[in-house]
Amino acid sequence: MPTSWLLALGGGALIGAASALLFLTHGRIAGISGVLGGLLPPAAPDRAWRLAFLVGLVAAGVAGAVVAPSAIGASVRPLLAVVAAGLLVGFGTGLGSGCTSGHGVCGLSRGSPRSLAAVMTFMATGAATAFVAGVVS
Amino acid sequence: MSLVMAGVVGALFGAGLLVSGMTQPAKVIGFLDVAGGWDPSLAFVMGGAVVVYGLAWRLVRARRREPWFDAAFHLPTRRDLDARLLGGAAIFGVGWGLGGLCPGPGLVAAGGGATTGLAFVAAMLVGLLAQRRFARG
Repeated sequence: MPTSWLLALGGGALIGAASALLFLTHGRIAGISGVLGGLLPPAAPDRAWRLAFLVGLVAAGVAGAVVAPSAIGASVRPLLAVVAAGLLVGFGTGLGSGCTSGHGVCGLSRGSPRSLAAVMTFMATGAATAFVAGVVS
Repeated sequence: MSLVMAGVVGALFGAGLLVSGMTQPAKVIGFLDVAGGWDPSLAFVMGGAVVVYGLAWRLVRARRREPWFDAAFHLPTRRDLDARLLGGAAIFGVGWGLGGLCPGPGLVAAGGGATTGLAFVAAMLVGLLAQRRFARG
């Protein structure tokens, strides 16, 4: 098995374990777009744990940049495309009530039909976009 | 204590993303671009996460009536498919395939100080806010 597959599997297991811990301790779904969305106006009443979780997430990035700089890859697209991507990701996850973590990890594990449909949809449009963007650029 | 735990869990989640390769846009796009030089490694991220979370989540549900720091578990109850869910997921997928970042890895990359991550997160917040305004009409 190639190293990148093992790292992917180990990292995935860590993501699953962290999500399970959030459910055990706070009873919440570890969906990043949902956790973040609860902090934006009109904000949810339970802002404290959301903020603490996201501070931890961002802190991992701060530490990662020092310990293993190559883990955070450079963009393969021009900055304008990155901004467009961010806008679409924000709008789409807000409208579709979730992203790769909420629908992909937590929803699929729970056998949610909504999450399964969402994952198949974003995988399909993601693959199509990656293909088209690759041909164009 | 509850907030410390939320922060630790967020950091664990971020570490999982860094280890797994999800914070490398080139790798994500290589995974999504099935028709190009496909890199299947990231399939193991979701695989590892779903196995661990699926087992742990069921164990928590079977053994506990409530989480450590809350009076009840908070789980989505809807099972119906609607246009918002599928449309939102489709838009999110386009953004993911374009930039190679989804919300969690975007926040981690921003924490690492990458210009790409910072621009992506700023745009994502604008997208989330725009969606909320759009939803309120």
